[in-house]
Amino acid sequence: MNSHIRATFIAVAFFIGLGADAAHVAAQPTEQVIKITAKKFDYTPNHITLKKGVPVVLEFTTADVLMGFNVPDLGVRADIVPGKVVRVRIVPDKVGTFTFFCDIFCGSGHEDMTGTITVVE
Amino acid sequence: MKINRRDFMKLAGLGGIVFASGLGKTASAAYGAGAAAEDFYFVQLSDCHWGFEGPPNPDAKVTLKKAVAAVNGLAEQPDFIVFTGDLTHTTDDPKERRKRLSEFRAIVADLKVKNVRFMPGEHDASLDKGEAYQEFFGKTHYTFDHKGVHFIVLDNVSDPAANVGEEQLQWLAADLKQLPKDANIVVFTHRPLFDLYPQWDWATRDGAKVVELLMPHPNVTVFYGHIHQENHHMTGHIAHHSAKSLIFPLPAPGSQPKRTPLPWDAAHPYQGLGFRSVEAEVKKDEYVITELPVQKG
Repeated sequence: MNSHIRATFIAVAFFIGLGADAAHVAAQPTEQVIKITAKKFDYTPNHITLKKGVPVVLEFTTADVLMGFNVPDLGVRADIVPGKVVRVRIVPDKVGTFTFFCDIFCGSGHEDMTGTITVVE
Repeated sequence: MKINRRDFMKLAGLGGIVFASGLGKTASAAYGAGAAAEDFYFVQLSDCHWGFEGPPNPDAKVTLKKAVAAVNGLAEQPDFIVFTGDLTHTTDDPKERRKRLSEFRAIVADLKVKNVRFMPGEHDASLDKGEAYQEFFGKTHYTFDHKGVHFIVLDNVSDPAANVGEEQLQWLAADLKQLPKDANIVVFTHRPLFDLYPQWDWATRDGAKVVELLMPHPNVTVFYGHIHQENHHMTGHIAHHSAKSLIFPLPAPGSQPKRTPLPWDAAHPYQGLGFRSVEAEVKKDEYVITELPVQKG
């Protein structure tokens, strides 16, 4: 299984197996949780630094419309659904800076809704 | 001496690029009621973004009108004209969206050629699932036949998540099923149907399913917009050709950190903008693409 497929599988498994409801999803005690708020038209924070091979849980919320989170280079994407806490577990397997963006057209500033994940050794 | 249109373009210094689809066959099946395989040409315009205001195009209020004048000024008028989406620039205000669509329609009504085909881009349709667009331009996906070529207009923007969707995929499969295998097929769509550069959202989420449906047909060519520049790509035997924009050019895929418009050059206004003529040589399944400027000089 290549790394992209593996990362996608992990993210998908989290959704299917545990659902997107915060009450049913929990990070392992040792895993870092990074809270990310999506709103028109940015993410806060919009730059995240992770360590290669160290699992983290990204915890998304949005106060307005349905939005997306897509990191093609890490093979991870999620729908950020209003009224829910959406969690995605990532185990970065390569070093570099990777763009993430909203891939659900959400309004006039949609195309500026981007950020970066930097993965370090 | 009789000069055909391609000869004329060469004489005018506008040499076209020839793209042949298919597998080297010499003829393919003319399709459509009473179809006769006959050469013709059409014009593709894309990404007009009517309503856009900003430094990347300080001439935004007249660029589309100049493009209409340029098309009307072609020595030989095309059989039809197609706009491959993003007719208007997006707005969060539904009333303003309709105003822009209405203004766009009024401007392009000045085209001499009245056979004009439209489709939405995400700027037109993604915020209301194509509701306003359909009020002005009708269906977002449809087919038509012209002189032996079967044209398929696909909508990969009314879903804000950039899916063609299962319903439309089934519609496409049913349409393809009733065609001869070797029919000449041209697909018009807005977004690339392949992963051109997903990091900038230059893809269609289920585009691979569309390509899979098209693959059994040896004579398929795709024309699209969205990326505001020329790009030519093959998925197997299927050629995909993106068009320039009529508002601002975007950078080459991955050539800079962000997908921000290339700056307006006052010394060379309209640089990077344009439209194209596409000459269909039906019997050979060849398409001669000639890029044309909004204004000369």
